[in-house]
Amino acid sequence: MGDTKWVDPVAPADAAARRRKRRKRKTRPRCQPKRRPRARADSLYAVDSKRRRRKAKRRVCQKRRRKPVRRVPLQPVPPPPAPPSGAGPAPEFRLSSPVATWSGAFGVREAERLLWRAGFGPSPGHAQALAGMGLHRAVAALTRPEGGQTFTGAAPTDGDGNPLAPEDAWGHDHLWFLDRMVRTDQPLVERMTLIWHDWFATSNDGVGQQNLMLAQNELFRRHWLGSFDQLVHDVTADPAMIVWLNLDQNTRWNPNENYARELMELFTLGADRGAYTETDVRELARALTGWDNDWSGELGYHNFRFVQNRHDASAKTVFGQTGAFGWEQAAAMCVRHPLHASFFVEKLWSYFVPVPPPDGDRAALEQLYVQSGWQVRPVVEAILLHPQLHEGPRMVKPPVVFLAGMLRALRRAIDTEAWTWLCEGAGQVLFHPPDVSGWDDSRWLDTSTVRGRWELVGYALAGRELEDEAITGYDISETPETALALARAAWGDPQLTGETAAVLTAFAEACVAGPLANWQRRQYRGLRQNALRHLLYFSPDLQTS
Amino acid sequence: MANCGCTEYSRAGRGLPAIEPGMPLPAGTGLTRRSFLSRASGLAMSVYGAASLGPKAFEAGIAAAAAQSAEQRILVSVFLSGGVDSLTVLAPTGHSRYGSLRPALAMPADQGIPFAEDTSLRWHPSVASLATLHDEGKLTVFPAVGYDDPNQSHFTSRHYWEVGEVNPSGRWGWLGRFLDRHGAPDNPLQGLTLGWELQPSLAAREVPVATVSRPDQYDFWSPGVWGPVHDQMLEAFGELGEASTGDAGLRYARAQVTATSTLRSQLEPFQSGYSTPAGVTYPDAELGRRLAALSAMIEGGLPLRVVAVETGGYDTHSNQAQTLAPDLDEVTRSLLAFQRDLEARGLADRVLVHVWSEFGRRPEENGSGTDHGAAGVGFVMGSRASGEMVGSFPGLLDSQLDGADNLRATSDFRGAYRALLEQWLEVDAGEIIPGASSFPAPTLVRP
Repeated sequence: MGDTKWVDPVAPADAAARRRKRRKRKTRPRCQPKRRPRARADSLYAVDSKRRRRKAKRRVCQKRRRKPVRRVPLQPVPPPPAPPSGAGPAPEFRLSSPVATWSGAFGVREAERLLWRAGFGPSPGHAQALAGMGLHRAVAALTRPEGGQTFTGAAPTDGDGNPLAPEDAWGHDHLWFLDRMVRTDQPLVERMTLIWHDWFATSNDGVGQQNLMLAQNELFRRHWLGSFDQLVHDVTADPAMIVWLNLDQNTRWNPNENYARELMELFTLGADRGAYTETDVRELARALTGWDNDWSGELGYHNFRFVQNRHDASAKTVFGQTGAFGWEQAAAMCVRHPLHASFFVEKLWSYFVPVPPPDGDRAALEQLYVQSGWQVRPVVEAILLHPQLHEGPRMVKPPVVFLAGMLRALRRAIDTEAWTWLCEGAGQVLFHPPDVSGWDDSRWLDTSTVRGRWELVGYALAGRELEDEAITGYDISETPETALALARAAWGDPQLTGETAAVLTAFAEACVAGPLANWQRRQYRGLRQNALRHLLYFSPDLQTS
Repeated sequence: MANCGCTEYSRAGRGLPAIEPGMPLPAGTGLTRRSFLSRASGLAMSVYGAASLGPKAFEAGIAAAAAQSAEQRILVSVFLSGGVDSLTVLAPTGHSRYGSLRPALAMPADQGIPFAEDTSLRWHPSVASLATLHDEGKLTVFPAVGYDDPNQSHFTSRHYWEVGEVNPSGRWGWLGRFLDRHGAPDNPLQGLTLGWELQPSLAAREVPVATVSRPDQYDFWSPGVWGPVHDQMLEAFGELGEASTGDAGLRYARAQVTATSTLRSQLEPFQSGYSTPAGVTYPDAELGRRLAALSAMIEGGLPLRVVAVETGGYDTHSNQAQTLAPDLDEVTRSLLAFQRDLEARGLADRVLVHVWSEFGRRPEENGSGTDHGAAGVGFVMGSRASGEMVGSFPGLLDSQLDGADNLRATSDFRGAYRALLEQWLEVDAGEIIPGASSFPAPTLVRP
């Protein structure tokens, strides 16, 4: 029932569970910049695969000539989320929750998971800092930050040293949002923005204007843990949404059901739960009539407004209630529907925890949500404190979360446009969800996107790999264990399972086994270190949290 | 492997000299099964030569490919997502209410191409490729396929089609269930999605399936790693997925890593590209490129059984007149090119294509577009397709539409699945489609 997303994470085809891949295409002529072809990635990465391989083969037996190496500078680390100042020094500081809270140890391992689920993973030293606060303070540091966000480190650039043009250049919107995830000191603000972007999934494939998409993104950020009632209200009047789901074509003369249906099915109530009928869809569409805008070649869509004459002011019957409802009532009625709270709690929970909450806890969270006046913060806090988050199964990290965390760990700024098309290969381009139901969080991984993640790790490491003398003069006696320890340190010592450590150690042994010349014993150990760093972060351990 | 009997078959009629192991490929020809295999063994040898340690994953892929019969039939599922407007594809110009339901969008009765099996319908000019295929007897048409009590949510209705039953909580794709019963435990290529993400109809419970955008773009580069260390690295890549674990999330991630590693070894021979037969031209669009690659993969002898591809953009709530025709033109020309490609390679008797959409659109337009409807149009394409219409056009009169003013279904998608399973894949449909025997199976395959 409902729009639950948790099912056994092994490739379910559950309608209720899934979020879809239908691509909405723009429905009227609009100018849209073409995506940049892959070959035009900036010079650091422009080597095509065949040339790479040819070069590689040659390298095996030839001494390589020295070439200039472009080194990627290290970013300063954004400060960890600060503990709530009002909380006082007393160790018994507690957030309130109507459901069970995790009472086990809150160490580095738990802090790492919390930072991944409610943010983008730890920067070097963050997990340790958070573990020192204890669970409740650590959660409050994420959910109740003081003041605005601080972005630490170098501003993002396009690869040629130019600042981003997120409203204009193709893919720069993606880089702009990604950069915020990498450099923020309030990661949950950006994570909730990403969640709302997925929840009210709007794609620039249909909108065709990055300025409208960015304005919608700021709307999501503004409401990050605020009132869901207000969020739905504002989304219904949001220009990008108005274009995306044809509210501007929904008139009293020709009602267009697109927004009315998705508002109920995907945003507030869920399909196949008996919450609404096909008649409700048609009646709600009439209540939502009246939006209009202007279009010009220079400005695109602009001047979004409600036009009384386009609105159907006659009576409608929605959910059994009759009245001359308008768009504000339409939005409010969906949030006040008796089946909304259960939809909301299930869906929100599923972004943080891959197994459903116990029935009693679910009911308590619904009550908490409704009694708070549809506030998001208390529900998120209860979820982040819940034992199932801390001791339950792992969750696959969404691709951009995986990438942002990787760049945080490497202390690498956004310095190339390649991240946009690389994220496409991994299955997630920001501002381009596959369809109005957002990304399918139950199937991030398949044989295509796994390869995409392999490439993400490779490009993150590019410009930092050992080269030249660092390889030809590598320590000839390095043991496999030392090699693995060094590779872990390069990533800030993330936790590994025993199985993964064993595979990596066996690899480290195998690639220097057999009779080798002395130059090979050095060179292969250098290559081995590059390979270990890549394999380690690509491993299923790091794909999940 | 090089002596398998299919070599002559796949080269028949192409006037090429015999290719012996070790000979270079004649320029400009497509990959033959033999050239694929000789290349593969050449590549396997170079792997042996570079690394003293055995590339076992690669060997497994080759073995799996070689063990499959070259006569294996392949079913390709093409999903037109968004709900394609069936009244545009086959315009009911002979029905009196058509003009009043579609004042802006109706096609004049003197335009389009006649549809021989029902003169009240006419093909839209943008789908002339389908008319050509139909005239040649290679296209079976479902003018109104769907199911009773239709659901008008994109997500729910496509789900029904994907799981092969009207059941919101179905968890596995109907093609995935076919593979669970009749597939192999270690061959991801048996269920291939051409695209960035898995098609849910292929979601299998027991066996691995693959997703690949293009077979010639499946390399695994790593900065500062090459030669034997890179070969070892790819071995370790596969091993990262192999360990068992009690954690469901980790188990899922590892299984996907294993499937990726197996697929990498299967596609390794395609890393140098593929070609299309002379005279065959695909539209320069995503679907065309994918079908062109698919045709080369089939000829290359890869062990494919069911393939799924999605092409979107049919949710035409607005500006339908401007957007729909170019999409239909591109997609149907791609389908025709695929058929011609298979014919040129001598593979057309082995491949059947099923084309579907989650629903049709409402007969009454909404101003500049159409909202979600119920029954819609579907096709089966191939040299072995029956070419006979399944179900009739239900009509547009008030009494002929359903209670929500939508087209009524005159055939059920589960009956089509049953026929595809029984007549094409030659398996018991009852084990795969719940209640299969209660849906009449139309004749979809020419004996």
